[in-house]
Amino acid sequence: MIDMRVNLCGIEFKNPVIAASGSFGFGREYSEIFSLSKLGGISTKGLTLEKREGNKGIRIYETTGGILNSIGLENPGIDYFISEELPFMIKQNTVIIANVGGNTVEDYVKAVNKLNETKIDMIELNISCPNVKEGGMAFGIKSKTSYRVVSEVRRACKKPLIVKLSPNAENIVQLAESCVKAGADGLSLVNTFSGMAVDIKNRKAVFDNIIAGLSGPCIKPIALRMVYEVSKAVDVPIMGIGGIMNYKDAIEFIMAGAWTVQVGSANFIKPTITLDIIDGIKNFMAEEGIKSLEEIRGVI
Amino acid sequence: MDKGYKKGTITSNIEIASNIYELKVASSFNSPFYGEAGQFYMLRAWNGLDPFLARPLSISNIMDGEITFLYQLRGRGTERISKLKSGDSLELMGPLGSSFNTNLRGNVALISGGIGIAPLVFLAKSLKANIDFYCGFKDEVYYIDKIRKYSRAVYISTESGSVGYRGLITEIFNPALYDIAFSCGPVGMMKRIVKMCKGKIPVYISMENRMACGIGACLGCSIKTSKGMKRVCKEGAVFLGEEVFYCD
Repeated sequence: MIDMRVNLCGIEFKNPVIAASGSFGFGREYSEIFSLSKLGGISTKGLTLEKREGNKGIRIYETTGGILNSIGLENPGIDYFISEELPFMIKQNTVIIANVGGNTVEDYVKAVNKLNETKIDMIELNISCPNVKEGGMAFGIKSKTSYRVVSEVRRACKKPLIVKLSPNAENIVQLAESCVKAGADGLSLVNTFSGMAVDIKNRKAVFDNIIAGLSGPCIKPIALRMVYEVSKAVDVPIMGIGGIMNYKDAIEFIMAGAWTVQVGSANFIKPTITLDIIDGIKNFMAEEGIKSLEEIRGVI
Repeated sequence: MDKGYKKGTITSNIEIASNIYELKVASSFNSPFYGEAGQFYMLRAWNGLDPFLARPLSISNIMDGEITFLYQLRGRGTERISKLKSGDSLELMGPLGSSFNTNLRGNVALISGGIGIAPLVFLAKSLKANIDFYCGFKDEVYYIDKIRKYSRAVYISTESGSVGYRGLITEIFNPALYDIAFSCGPVGMMKRIVKMCKGKIPVYISMENRMACGIGACLGCSIKTSKGMKRVCKEGAVFLGEEVFYCD
């Protein structure tokens, strides 16, 4: 009997595959294509206290093996999410993770206080969005500032708290350690890498913000290395993220130390790709005689 | 929308003018293609991940289950699509997005700029009103024969003067003659049309934008409108013109 379940911070995931924040909205669009109950979980589009329109100009730009995005956390705000989107999400019979972004520590705390009173399963703290000028990534690259944000949020947060780490951190292992010290129940990594593109005909940057976030299979080897290093350094569960396109990639992350994986850009290639990954993991476990994911977790 | 990507087989893929192609695809699955004027499909015509994203193309016709796309070779994706031959297969997801309202009577103006003619051909076919079709081109003219049979009159302009009126299509369009207008083409042209029609007649426009998912999840194609942020792939591609160009 193959057991794909993962218990992470007291929350049971039926399988280790989670739709990553920003690639999956609030699940509605994908629910028209497949039953979301098949997923291990869903991390919502990044939420902020107030609604945000996001960035101007080009927001999506393809590159070899991935995409650069500069969405800029367009979202309807926490209150709207709680009243209009969450009731739909909690009916989907999958783990719902609220991804929370902010400009100030106060914003994060206020947002988390609102979510405490809901049926959200966990909170994923986004201290690493590269596409918002204030706050965002500024919090997430320095261990000291991250410690401060996570500590404050930890004090307020009544849900399991996952902190999403930026690969643009000055030192990802130190950052991870300080987030855990500050009270993170788990870590998810990595967010997008800072990148850019140039429109050579017009001699200007493609993005209005110049710098954008790079995701997709082109970042996978680096993301994998970071998951490996962090998993060796901390004792909390890790959600591995970064260019996972198929079950083999997912297994690599699990072997490198991840408890679950998050799938982002791949959803744009094929909206049902998460289902392929779940089936692939299951088949691999059957072929290899693996009864539970614990057997292979962190074997590297 | 059907569930995710489905296979199609190319029946023809012809360059009908410089860098302008007409692609016809037959369904390889049990249900034939369907969709309304203004809607689009996401196309993947390559195995593997390069190009990474699918390409959105609006529907130019659907007949006997076969779908037609008219497209301009612009970048890596359309270049790959342009190389496909009859018998090749590709993957399609759709129909996606909003459609034009075709349930109307009276005098209707359709105004296209360049490849913006693509969704308007299907609209012309779908409408039962009196259609005057205004087509603007830079130099080379295409698809005129296709639109003639659905139109009461066809007006052509070229910037080079090679065919029809020399200049921009907006210079020969008079909103006073119509009850409603539909437009697709360069943003500057559509903006001008919306301005000309303001306070006179409604104009519906079909927008395009870079997009990743095509289904409304990634927010890569969101645009600011007078009614808030809207996704070109979901609330659009068809919008009321004055909601998109509301600042002018």
